[in-house]
Amino acid sequence: MTALSVRGLSVVYDGTPAVVDAELELADGRVLAVLGPSGCGKSTLLRAIAGLEPTAGRVSWHGQDVSATPTHRRGFALMFQDGQLFPQLTVARNVAYPLRLRRTPRPAAAARVAELLDLVGLAGFDDRLPTTLSGGERQRVALARALAASPRLLLLDEPLSALDAGLRQRLAQDLRRILLEAGTTALMVTHDHEEAFAVADDLAVMRAGRIVQSGPIADVWRTPVDLDTALFLGYARVLDGRVADGLARAAGLPEGRPVAVRRSALTVSDDGSLVGEIVDVRTTPGQLRLVVGTDLGELDAVASLDRRLAPGDVVRLRVDPSRTAILAGPVDAPEGALD
Amino acid sequence: MTRHLITARRLTALAATAIVPLAVLGVFFVLPVSGMVGKGFVRHGHLDLGGVLDVLTRPEIQRAVWFTVWTSTAATLLACALGLPAAYVLHRVAVPGRTWIRAVLVVPFVLPTVVVGVAFQLLIGPGGPLSFLGLDGSPVAIVAGLVFFNASVVIRVVGGAWESLDPRPGEAAAALGASPRQVLRDVTLPALRPALVSAATVVFLFCATAFGIVLTLGGLRYSSVETQIYLLTTDLLDLQGAAALSVLQLLVVTLLLLAAARARRTPDAAVARARSRVRRPARGDLPALAATLLLLLLVVGPIVTLVVESLRVDGAWSTANYRALQTPGSHQALLVPVTDAVVNSLRIAVDATWMSLLLGLAVAAVVTRRSRNRSERRLRAVLDGLFMLPLGVSAVTLGFGFLITLGRPPLDLRDSPLLIPVAQALVALPLVVRVLVPVLAGVDDRLRQAAATLGASPVRALLVVDLAVIWKPLLAAAGFAFACSLGEFGATSFLVRDDRPTLPVVIFRLIGHPGDLNFGMALAGSVVLGGTTALVMLLVERLRVPSVGTF
Repeated sequence: MTALSVRGLSVVYDGTPAVVDAELELADGRVLAVLGPSGCGKSTLLRAIAGLEPTAGRVSWHGQDVSATPTHRRGFALMFQDGQLFPQLTVARNVAYPLRLRRTPRPAAAARVAELLDLVGLAGFDDRLPTTLSGGERQRVALARALAASPRLLLLDEPLSALDAGLRQRLAQDLRRILLEAGTTALMVTHDHEEAFAVADDLAVMRAGRIVQSGPIADVWRTPVDLDTALFLGYARVLDGRVADGLARAAGLPEGRPVAVRRSALTVSDDGSLVGEIVDVRTTPGQLRLVVGTDLGELDAVASLDRRLAPGDVVRLRVDPSRTAILAGPVDAPEGALD
Repeated sequence: MTRHLITARRLTALAATAIVPLAVLGVFFVLPVSGMVGKGFVRHGHLDLGGVLDVLTRPEIQRAVWFTVWTSTAATLLACALGLPAAYVLHRVAVPGRTWIRAVLVVPFVLPTVVVGVAFQLLIGPGGPLSFLGLDGSPVAIVAGLVFFNASVVIRVVGGAWESLDPRPGEAAAALGASPRQVLRDVTLPALRPALVSAATVVFLFCATAFGIVLTLGGLRYSSVETQIYLLTTDLLDLQGAAALSVLQLLVVTLLLLAAARARRTPDAAVARARSRVRRPARGDLPALAATLLLLLLVVGPIVTLVVESLRVDGAWSTANYRALQTPGSHQALLVPVTDAVVNSLRIAVDATWMSLLLGLAVAAVVTRRSRNRSERRLRAVLDGLFMLPLGVSAVTLGFGFLITLGRPPLDLRDSPLLIPVAQALVALPLVVRVLVPVLAGVDDRLRQAAATLGASPVRALLVVDLAVIWKPLLAAAGFAFACSLGEFGATSFLVRDDRPTLPVVIFRLIGHPGDLNFGMALAGSVVLGGTTALVMLLVERLRVPSVGTF
């Protein structure tokens, strides 16, 4: 059942549109990631849903219009990019803050705080001050504090992007687990597609203030709407015309549309249907990265590290259909990305 | 070269920059004040501590102390209560005419106390529009006058902090379910506390050392410590009593300045700074808007009454009062025409301005240079505090001290035309320093280093890096000092000669003399004086230097 529904939402900053006519749907208990490059207006969209920005359009919850409801009565908790913990309060008191606002009896509040800290893996951190915590710990506290508000909807603004890469991956998995365990409906904005895939069920791609595509994450992944979306979702290249058709034929996919390929879409394999001569070989920790000259032109390919390959070798390439995607729309800017 | 040599060289450079302001402070501040205080402590060639302590047990002194404490406390609380909502409205809400209201509310701070006294007298005195309140000669009038002056300090200090307050913690609290009132209580006020404490301390300081306003509104019935010092020295020639009160005042002032410095220093690092956009007024802003309006009325009311009354003679509109400024008044009120006093005031203010600017610049340079070690840092902090002292020391003590220490050999400056400017420059010095220090402290030292590595000499680096950021604040500080000096009354009233008076002194004298013409001239003179300082302040406000009027 649709929980959050956003219709025709627009935000204007000093005359410049930051969010244009945004439409979103989110079902109960699901996690939606809004993915977009920095500056595309996704944080503004989130703030608008939280009621922190003056907007045009409609935000409703279970069919009830909340556009005129002030932030603190919406029941949407917002977790900021840098946590925004209250520096003068201990971890436990930070987490207990929403409970205190609701006049939760002290023993019940203490039990809930302990439970939440346990959930985010920070049991025993009660009396620490935010300044003594690491970045990851601070974000966990912020998450626990947001969950303590028992929000109808949890809004997460780039929750992991202030952290370093390794920690980010681990915390993304934790975040997914915590949201599932808490059964929270959540909306997260991020510029990192890996983070979106690790945490979310649904995906909305945003660019220049507009939502260009949305749907279940697998659907969006399989059929990016256009070139920029494909590139932003992590596809290495988008091919068009003869090259695309040749590749689609080799992969057994329908022809006549642009094809987005991952770097690993072509693998060296003796039963491959494409033949070509290696132009360049580079070794990376996981695989060999090749540039192969075929009759379709030069293509990226990979091979496992145990193959001994050198420029000039002739190899057969197999196309992995699961690592390619047929674009739903036409390519808007062919010359830039088809090199 | 060894480290000790480098350190020694740095300290020498520090001392060289500090030596001029220190010498000036020594001769023109420490010497007069200690001379004045010493006069009270030494009786018949003996140190007489008991006599001084006895002074404090006298009932009229205790009354003055108690009066000072309670009026200052009440005025401080009221100034904060009105200034806090006004700071919010004027710095965070998009009310129409915001910049203008802000400028208008800054003006009282530099309005000459005498002018304000006259204006309040007109408003609440017999025949005034508010005479039915029966406030004439009551302490309520004094408290209102003190609030009139000092609410602007609260607005400047707290407003500046509020404007640069990061809005996100408040938004985070709101998103967790905190109502606007709860956000204010749990997030905003704790973050503003240093600024608020700092403002309240300074306001209390100003209230406790206020002179002109208490003298004009309190008359003989109420006297504060400051007016009591004046009374004891000039009318009763009781130097012992005056000295005892001065020392007490000095102690309290020093403590308050220390407290203010501490409040300034606290948790800045924890509070993230960000410039936030103003938002449209909402229904929840109504109480704050009402408080701002009340404050605006309190500020504008007396001023309008003053202007109107100055234009009325015998119940009709007339400019007679202004034309009479070319005369020395009736009943031999003055020795020279008021216009002479205007010219004299302007001349003195110009001199006081360049002096306070030069001194202030040197002091600001000394206290903002990066320190290499703890003792150097401490030394700079002590210097910073030292030059703030004139802010709170009784202008009366300073003025009288000038008379008794600098009026006889080896330093006979009594007839020097620079005596009054020096005294006024000292009074304005702390204000100038407080405008310049945040600006210079904000210059990243690495910019100077970058200039040096690109081949700029120290002087060149100074021109390229510092001058570029400081010229505007310097101009603002000049205007600020000029306005303060124009209205300075306490110290000047001691030093001025009857044949070369300043405008505030003339106004005070005209009020004291009988005759309608004299009073009318006092009103006209007040409008001229108030108008000039207000104009200067409005120009300063146009420069938009945020540190003007903050502490």
